[in-house]
Amino acid sequence: MAATVPPTGLSQQAAPLKRLTGAARGDQLFRLVLTICAIVIPVLLLALVLMLVRGAAPAIARFGLGFAATKTWDPVAGQFGAFPMIVGTLLTSLLALLIAVPLSLGVAVYLTEFAPGFLRRPVAMVIELLAAIPSVVYGLWGVFVLIPLLQRAVFPFLRSLLGFLPFFQGAIYGPSVLAASIILAIMIMPFIMSVSREVLLAVPNSQREAAMALGATRWEAVRTAIIPYARSGIVGAVILGLGRALGETMAVTMLIGNRHDSSMSLFAPGYTMAAAIANEFNEAATPMHYAALTYVALLLFVITVLVNAAARLLIWRVSRGGVSGAKAE
Amino acid sequence: MTEPAPRMQTTNLTAMYGKFSAVKGVSLDFAPFQVHALIGPSGCGKSTFLRALNRLHEMSVGGWVTGTVLLDGADIYGPDVSVIRLRRRIGMVFQRPTPFPTKSIYGNVAAGLMLEGRRPKAELDAIVERSLQRTALWDEVKDRLHTSAMALSGGQQQRLCLARTIAPEPDVILLDEPTASLDPQGTQRIEELVFELKRDFTIIIVTHNMQQAARVSDTTTFFYLGNMVEHGPTTQIFTTPQQEQTEAYITGRFG
Repeated sequence: MAATVPPTGLSQQAAPLKRLTGAARGDQLFRLVLTICAIVIPVLLLALVLMLVRGAAPAIARFGLGFAATKTWDPVAGQFGAFPMIVGTLLTSLLALLIAVPLSLGVAVYLTEFAPGFLRRPVAMVIELLAAIPSVVYGLWGVFVLIPLLQRAVFPFLRSLLGFLPFFQGAIYGPSVLAASIILAIMIMPFIMSVSREVLLAVPNSQREAAMALGATRWEAVRTAIIPYARSGIVGAVILGLGRALGETMAVTMLIGNRHDSSMSLFAPGYTMAAAIANEFNEAATPMHYAALTYVALLLFVITVLVNAAARLLIWRVSRGGVSGAKAE
Repeated sequence: MTEPAPRMQTTNLTAMYGKFSAVKGVSLDFAPFQVHALIGPSGCGKSTFLRALNRLHEMSVGGWVTGTVLLDGADIYGPDVSVIRLRRRIGMVFQRPTPFPTKSIYGNVAAGLMLEGRRPKAELDAIVERSLQRTALWDEVKDRLHTSAMALSGGQQQRLCLARTIAPEPDVILLDEPTASLDPQGTQRIEELVFELKRDFTIIIVTHNMQQAARVSDTTTFFYLGNMVEHGPTTQIFTTPQQEQTEAYITGRFG
């Protein structure tokens, strides 16, 4: 910026040089505006956390950390504990991942490695469309189509097959932890699928050919060269899906049955933190009920941050194992 | 007949990308235990020709082939041929080193062997060590066999890829400009190895470097615009070429 202009006697050059020296004003303004934009984000985050902590303060003072381990949730008696919903949140998200990850990876691998050329783009586009459907629509579909189907066919079958496990025992309700997990799985699949597809597409062809030239079958090339090369990206895709599953509210509320209960059975209704907040905030009658719900929100926030931090750590450790694509080329 | 039967033989081989023929009706014999160089300017079809020899060309978009390619007299494009088995007999090293980044040095060398099924660990160890020795890499990496292959230099990575290729004991090794991304020292190591390895393998090397062809090969084939212009013993091609185009190319008048 400090362009020192050598003094010159040539009068023709004086005019353009003058213009050159005055040019920084616009950039300074631009920089200021961008800096403000960048500062807004952490400030907003801080404000959000402050609001949550302040709102939750009465509940924190009353119940302490034991809040997360207490099972009772009784607004009338003023007793609040978030244990069932924490379990419900983690359990539904985990089950959703269990269902969604293999399916999405299979689709992504099929689309990048096996599908005929004319099929690849259309299918990928349809899957991305799935991500754009509002969650309330998924919820409605879940209530009217998925739950009756599960109740009539899938759950009885699961119970007769796996009934020896405590997770598949007991009465079959329609709205249940398993129904919510399945709808969550369907909802996060497009994200995991499309991100892992991008990641797989980014694997250099030389890796594919190196495996093929060794006499690998398509499947062996996928297993020995392509997926390992893409693994940190795939982990990232899974984490993205998990993040969405943890926070998803509407569809889960419609399908999980909304009961403060931590039964072992996946056929029984349960609750998630997001669903509880959405459901009860309107009806919260006492200040303590408000505070308890805000405390739940704070815990949800903390859990999400922790999961994301763990994910970063995982990706970092995976990519330190030598997966970095830049080095390979 | 004193000449040994050719290890590989192409008859009227044409390799197409859609409607474009990258290689036009090439007939060539490759004698065993020799180094055969394919030279020519970029885009002349020499790499495509090479990739038709292990049926990698057909993996490219729109890639297809007419004519015949024989390996020890058997048509590799025959109806019953397993591409997988074929590629285990014809190894290939590419222009840029392609180690598998998530595998260790050991894992890379063993990658081809692992595809063939389980083996006793001791046997695997022995083959890995021998392959690394034959590519002059053993002394440099023996203390860090189980660390990432990505920590190696470019030249070492390319020798590692060579070790990975020879570990399953193929009959033929295809080298597609193996020194294009290496410095002079790395290039020299590879050239020395090529010279060594022809005792055990038949080697077909694509190169745009004429000195390299002259140094390492027994026969040289000159490609131009998809046609095979001239084929003969390397000394003859470089001293008394029969075709004017060949002479123009090797004397640097075009290309």
